[in-house]
Amino acid sequence: MKAPDFAYARPASLDAALALLAEHGEDAVPLAGGQSLVTALNMRLSAPGLLVDLNAIPELAGVSEDEGVVRIGAMTRHRDVGTAALVRERLPLLAAALPHIAHPAIRNRGTIGGSVALADPATEWPACCLAAGATIVVRGPGTERRIAADAFFLGLYTTALEPGEIVTAIEFPVPGDGAVWGFEELSRRHGDYALVGLAATGRRSAVGLSDLRLAFFGVADRPVLARAAAAAIEAGDLTGAQAALADELDPPDDPATRAATRLHLARVVLGRVAGRMRDGTVKEETSHGA
Amino acid sequence: MAPESPDRAHAVAFTLNGEAVRAHVPARMHLGDLLRESFGLTGVHLGCEHGVCGACTILVDGRAVRACLMLGVQADGATVETVEGLTESGRIRDLQDAFHTRNALQCGYCTPGMLVTATELLNDADAATSREEIRAAIAGNYCRCTGYHAIVDAIAATAEARRDGPKNSRREAAE
Ligand SMILES: Cc1cc2nc3c(=O)[nH]c(=O)nc-3n(C[C@H](O)[C@H](O)[C@H](O)COP(=O)(O)OP(=O)(O)OC[C@H]3O[C@@H](n4cnc5c(N)ncnc54)[C@H](O)[C@@H]3O)c2cc1C
Ligand code: FES
Ligand code: FES
Repeated sequence: MKAPDFAYARPASLDAALALLAEHGEDAVPLAGGQSLVTALNMRLSAPGLLVDLNAIPELAGVSEDEGVVRIGAMTRHRDVGTAALVRERLPLLAAALPHIAHPAIRNRGTIGGSVALADPATEWPACCLAAGATIVVRGPGTERRIAADAFFLGLYTTALEPGEIVTAIEFPVPGDGAVWGFEELSRRHGDYALVGLAATGRRSAVGLSDLRLAFFGVADRPVLARAAAAAIEAGDLTGAQAALADELDPPDDPATRAATRLHLARVVLGRVAGRMRDGTVKEETSHGA
Repeated sequence: MAPESPDRAHAVAFTLNGEAVRAHVPARMHLGDLLRESFGLTGVHLGCEHGVCGACTILVDGRAVRACLMLGVQADGATVETVEGLTESGRIRDLQDAFHTRNALQCGYCTPGMLVTATELLNDADAATSREEIRAAIAGNYCRCTGYHAIVDAIAATAEARRDGPKNSRREAAE
């Protein structure tokens, strides 16, 4: 199908973009990589009056490090996030997640800010933000807000973003000594949205794992931090952790994949990821079959 | 100049298959339609128009993108290459020959997108070109005819020939 009629503007600065959004109110939406928005327009699932293209705003793209924080500009393309030397070195979790996001041509264009703003519950970046304790930096007309990932993802395609606000960057704390991470995703085919995925960070010492953050995706209306499961694993009780997921996750039920199946798969994924983090055998996982 | 104020259509200027071109484009028109309808480049195949099938894949500033998920107005200032341009330049002659000799196409609907996706993979110095890697790269390009095996064969054969051939001559020619 073809998109409905709309107007388009490509402002050259963040202030100009914010002014356009303010002037046109709820009729206007930001356009980032377009890999979800243009899809929705072509299928006529969305009919905004004005697209405000963020692609010509230089300050929104790029990766930098300052005082223990890696800052990733909202308009940084998926591919450039996962291949940046700084990210590969400091945030290997993100580099491991990259190959699971869609396909090369979509990774070349889609942006981390777009994924975070969209908040599809079956996607990789929001879960990575949650696992890594990231902060979402948001600008509105004359205001800047810094929102912890824990408080940002509120439900199905729902975030703490207010109309007229733009995500400008995501800030990730650089993991300290003893930091470990884990990532695994099960999908039907390479590049498909996740059936079940887990992004995790923590600390490993002679006595075991601590500071564990387990962010599941594809198993609720938003990415979920499984706190009880994390506490059980820190106490050395994997079976208890897997049992705890029944209360912590709320998997969707559809004819292709029953909720009970997803819960089972979440337990399998947890066992694998926790095992690798405990044994210090974390590596980039590339398993695509359930 | 960038179209900084809202409008339902904008003037664009970009480089298309090596030539400077201009057009006046409705905002709602995606780049695939612009290339097909205003420039007659019907090698840009449209299957799904929502990013899933890969038939419309082209190169923008050297990277593979979905022509159906970029707006025509966003081509302003960019360098766009379609399968027609790649063919005329001779840069993918070896890849096209490999598709031909290995029967890597039947109806041909997916072929332009496959060739463009493979072009990026083969140009990417970092990308390994194991069969598994090739399969991952073309996972976003649907083929309803071949069963993919022959396509993987053709890309793998081209990768091998380029590696073994005169040192990187084709890659240099591509840049
Ligand atoms: C076939 C296919 C498969 C896919 N598979 C996956 C997958 O496996 N995993 C995955 O993560 N994604 C997947 N995607 C989606 C893709 O990653 C999108 O790029 C991403 O979800 C949205 O990013 P974008 O930059 O393209 O945003 P857009 O599509 O431009 O925008 C998405 C929404 O966010 C808003 N928005 C964008 N940027 C901002 C900002 N900076 N501030 C405020 N609001 C903003 C827009 O107004 C819009 O509502 C897939 C897409 C396709 C077509
Ligand atoms: S037509 Fe663009 S991906 Fe199918
Ligand atoms: S050759 Fe027919 S779709 Fe691939």
